[in-house]
Amino acid sequence: MSARRLAAEQPASFAFRAEAMPEVERQLAKFPPDRRASAVIPLLWLVQKQEGWVSEPAIRAIADMLGMAKIRVLEVATFYTMFHLEPRGRHHLQVCGTTPCALRGAEALKDVCLRRIGKKFVVRGDGAFSWEEVECLGGCVNAPVVAIDDYYHEDLSPDDLEALIDKLAGGETITPGSARGRQTSAPEGGAETLTDSALYDGSLERPVKLPNRPENA
Amino acid sequence: MLADKDRIFLNLYGAHDWRLAAAKQRGAWNATKDMIDCGRDWIIAQVKESGLRGRGGAGFPTGLKWTFMPKEVKERPHYLVVNADESEPGTCKDRDMLRHDPHLLIEGCLIASFAMQAHTAYIYIRGEYVREREILEQAIQEAYAAKLIGKNNLHGWDFDLHVSHGAGAYICGEETALLESLEGKKGQPRLKPPFPANSGLYGCPTTVNNVESIAVVPTILRRGAKWFAGIGRANNTGTKVFCVSGHVNKPCNVEEAMSIPLKELIETHCGGVRGGWGNLKAVIPGGSSVRLIPAHEAETALMDFDSLSALKSGLGTAAVIVMDQSTDLVRAIARISYFYKHESCGQCTPCREGTGWMWRVLERMARGEADHSEIDLLLDVASQVEGHTICALGDAAAWPVQGLIRHFRHEIEQRIDRYRAAKGVHQVRMVAAE
Ligand SMILES: Cc1cc2nc3c(=O)[nH]c(=O)nc-3n(C[C@H](O)[C@H](O)[C@H](O)COP(=O)(O)O)c2cc1C
Ligand code: SF4
Ligand code: FES
Repeated sequence: MSARRLAAEQPASFAFRAEAMPEVERQLAKFPPDRRASAVIPLLWLVQKQEGWVSEPAIRAIADMLGMAKIRVLEVATFYTMFHLEPRGRHHLQVCGTTPCALRGAEALKDVCLRRIGKKFVVRGDGAFSWEEVECLGGCVNAPVVAIDDYYHEDLSPDDLEALIDKLAGGETITPGSARGRQTSAPEGGAETLTDSALYDGSLERPVKLPNRPENA
Repeated sequence: MLADKDRIFLNLYGAHDWRLAAAKQRGAWNATKDMIDCGRDWIIAQVKESGLRGRGGAGFPTGLKWTFMPKEVKERPHYLVVNADESEPGTCKDRDMLRHDPHLLIEGCLIASFAMQAHTAYIYIRGEYVREREILEQAIQEAYAAKLIGKNNLHGWDFDLHVSHGAGAYICGEETALLESLEGKKGQPRLKPPFPANSGLYGCPTTVNNVESIAVVPTILRRGAKWFAGIGRANNTGTKVFCVSGHVNKPCNVEEAMSIPLKELIETHCGGVRGGWGNLKAVIPGGSSVRLIPAHEAETALMDFDSLSALKSGLGTAAVIVMDQSTDLVRAIARISYFYKHESCGQCTPCREGTGWMWRVLERMARGEADHSEIDLLLDVASQVEGHTICALGDAAAWPVQGLIRHFRHEIEQRIDRYRAAKGVHQVRMVAAE
């Protein structure tokens, strides 16, 4: 378990911007009308997208929108570790430190972050970056993995990570995926499977008769 | 090697387009209406006959699980919930299905929901998988637009499919914690019974299945239960997507026949162990929650439920974590213990306290700053966590520790002896918890 608390300094109020409302409505529509609480995680995500973090007034606003007790929303915001309870850098790095990534050099990536950004969770002086160590990101065959803002950067060497940080600092956009040019989770150098062209020539689209079809169907 | 024509995930690596038109070219949505016309009993019988066992970790027979749903829909609606929380360290297979073959999953959701008389299904995807969620949502929109799903669709079974998501909590992969999370609460597992088939989402009959379990169903029905059952071994049938990470030359995901020898898997698809097979030290064959096996057992192990449980390990999620001779195993397992400490939801005392305790002791043992007698104490604590908790996270935290001590006790002892020799002490009596 990780103990997480709200930030000491809080803004006075929170409101969704008008342009966020269609997405709020879309999330609410996924659940039965009497089960609006189900949208709490998606809505907290939208809060975080808009503000960069989840504040106490936002928690209250979501509770009102969903007809939930404020404490229930607070519980959710503190339980799920992806919700930032205080401001982060403009770019936030999640460095995976779990064993499969550790076996392939995650430690050295953490060192890069310490050197280039500073301590975990502390926003760098210029406001550009913050970072944290997270548990398995579910990209282990491309270890080590770092999620930067929303997307995964994979197969990273310390130099690769430094280069990404430099690019972001210079205002450039970065391309997610393997730093070694791999085709996603395929073995490096190209897959030796899925090479049969008959799989992709459209023949699988031709009508098929189901095997073992019951007589009366 | 499994022949390409017997693979299910034809776009596993995303080399092709994931969109509907391309997915159809690869066979998705072919004869789906015929499957529905054959009726729910036929579908369930086929899934049973295929021998498909759940791909989420526990290996429960999928067809049998579906029969636990009430035979008739009463006042409470039925739900299918797809578990796309994929967070077991080592595991990243569902990710490829979500982002590269989403239409197989959507088609599977329709068929499984029809078989269990559910008109609504949710796919719960981990918060970190943002790209995967974006693609999945687009693919679902395509399926609605093409009237493959939705009200009055071409298949004659009204069906709504929604994506929801988490925000960074491994425990939400446990099926009842997932349901709590989907209801808008903290992801804390429920006591069972009642089981979800009686009282699941919103107290309604619900089945929770892994992404892979659902995504393979359409192809099983298209090609026939016998085809799937003919791959692998009895009781361990079908194809399986394996994730091989760690110290191999070419880590990758690959779909192979169930029961493929572990050594063949690593040598054929992953370029072998770094430094050669002789450099292998240990393998965690099924995600971080199973006990590791040493190199000599890895030599002959088959990648299936029965072979690995005979080695007191497990197939789990089929995530193979390979560790060569350079690995500090005590540290590797200590990091896994940290994971469980971090991810415990905190509602059972043995898990909340035990995971932290085991991690702290292992950290000391990794430095050698421990007493020989503490190894047995650690085993004892692990056995007191195992089987004494609400959910299986407690077991999952105990097993890696037990595996380490079972096979590599001598490494811990040597570490302690070396530490003492260096410090010139004969006896350090440590208080276990800090
Ligand atoms: C701590 C814990 C984490 C789990 N995480 C996942 C997961 O991420 N994905 C998954 O499919 N199953 C996970 N499971 C297993 C589920 O509880 C459930 O058994 C599974 O989703 C059932 O699907 P299946 O029958 O298709 O395998 C987890 C179980 C436990 C105890
Ligand atoms: S075993 Fe651990 S994770 Fe599972 S319910 Fe108990 S405290 Fe929570
Ligand atoms: S351990 Fe880093 S992505 Fe899985």
